[in-house]
Amino acid sequence: MEIAAEAVIALVKIAVVLGVVSLVVAYLTYLERKIIAHIQQRLGPMRVGWHGLLQPIADGVKLFLKEDIIPDKADKVVFVIAPIMVLVPAFVEYSVLPFSSTFYITQVNIGIFFILAVSSLGVFGIVMAGWASNSKYSLLGALRSAAQMLSYEIFLGFSLIGPLMLAGSLNMQKIVEAQSDVWFVFYQPLAFVVFFIAALAETNRVPFDLPEAETELVAGFHTEYSGMKFAFFFLAEYANIMVTSSVAVTLFFGGWKGISWIPLPGFVWYALKLGAIIFVFIWLRATLPRYRYDQLMRLGWKFMFPLVMANIFLTGLVKYLFL
Amino acid sequence: MELVFFYLFAAGIVGASLLMVTRANVIHAALSLVLAFLFMAGLFVLAGAEFLAGVQILIYAGGIMVLYLFSIMLMNVGVAVRLRQWHRQSALALAAALLLAAEVWVVLGRGGYPAAQAWSWRLGQTPGNVEALGQVLYTKFLFPFEVASVLLLAAMIGAIVLAKRQITR
Repeated sequence: MEIAAEAVIALVKIAVVLGVVSLVVAYLTYLERKIIAHIQQRLGPMRVGWHGLLQPIADGVKLFLKEDIIPDKADKVVFVIAPIMVLVPAFVEYSVLPFSSTFYITQVNIGIFFILAVSSLGVFGIVMAGWASNSKYSLLGALRSAAQMLSYEIFLGFSLIGPLMLAGSLNMQKIVEAQSDVWFVFYQPLAFVVFFIAALAETNRVPFDLPEAETELVAGFHTEYSGMKFAFFFLAEYANIMVTSSVAVTLFFGGWKGISWIPLPGFVWYALKLGAIIFVFIWLRATLPRYRYDQLMRLGWKFMFPLVMANIFLTGLVKYLFL
Repeated sequence: MELVFFYLFAAGIVGASLLMVTRANVIHAALSLVLAFLFMAGLFVLAGAEFLAGVQILIYAGGIMVLYLFSIMLMNVGVAVRLRQWHRQSALALAAALLLAAEVWVVLGRGGYPAAQAWSWRLGQTPGNVEALGQVLYTKFLFPFEVASVLLLAAMIGAIVLAKRQITR
């Protein structure tokens, strides 16, 4: 009986998180279009609803009703599985995020490591999509993406070691607790900068959106996708942005902890910080030009890699000497 | 409950491995292997080794297999599909497989490894997998750990030297 009750509670929590995340992800597309429009002195979507507020819903309905084309020469099975392989890891990662002191789906000892491991699976969907489409643009996009995501995964992982050394745990909730006094971003500014750059590359965002560089590769790995399968890739991209922003909030900005004299519930603080970081993601897209492929690799291996190593060394030294 | 999951994951591993060896298309075979790795990670979690499960997914599935796929995709897969998949060695292979199965049967019949059973933790009672692993690695197994890392470094340098035919100053 107790197990059944627990299972029901867990299912309700999963349903709530899935529902909220899907809705927020849909509205992130709206937010992105609006913010970029205003930065470029345009109005953005205005027709559907007040200031285009119903635009994501209209887009969703449109994508549902569109014809779902599978290219004749495509590898059908892999072509169908690929969008699912992109979306599922992106959503699985939400299971260990602490949204407030009491609201989370589960807490595992290896929390942050779990997120890193699962996010490394996302690249499969992209590679599968690129190969199964049987198109040169798709394949080139997928190859670029695989190389880029593999390289930057390393910096992403290493940049997290500094804060983790300070927290002394991989458990997300304990990491938040460890930041009760000072957020880790003040102790680990270098780690945060590297983390943020790596996160941009990992989510294929500007200035590292080479896998879908529309000026050279049409749309990269998802050139041949249409209808709901295309929507899956789109949703996965935004879901990944939200996850990496959540990791940044949890590891560097004190998670759901806020300023003590302003009485707001934990998840409101969490949402505020998350929103701020996502805004920077979108802001950068309107600001920066795209990197060239060799520049991307040089930046990663010759600049960021020594930097994270130095950061780990320094953190260890300081921790050994002073703490 | 744990037993149900164990058989689920075990069946998954067997199924995915069978798929891997029977697919004519190399990419399909590689993807089946990824599936087998994921089920294996599930077994690690059941054994209370969450960290190993994470490493299994991060390194084997998310790292090595992506590189495999990466190089397979650059080849012409069409040729491999047209090749004959069964060779005349199948009788020999069957004999070898039976021999191996018999050996495993004998070893397991003796009660497996007592030392391993003494170490096994139940789910939820793990004292902190990462801490335990770290302590063991940096005390008892420090020397093998360092040897392994030096070996990997040597392999890495070797790969760079091979890939970079001319070293310019």
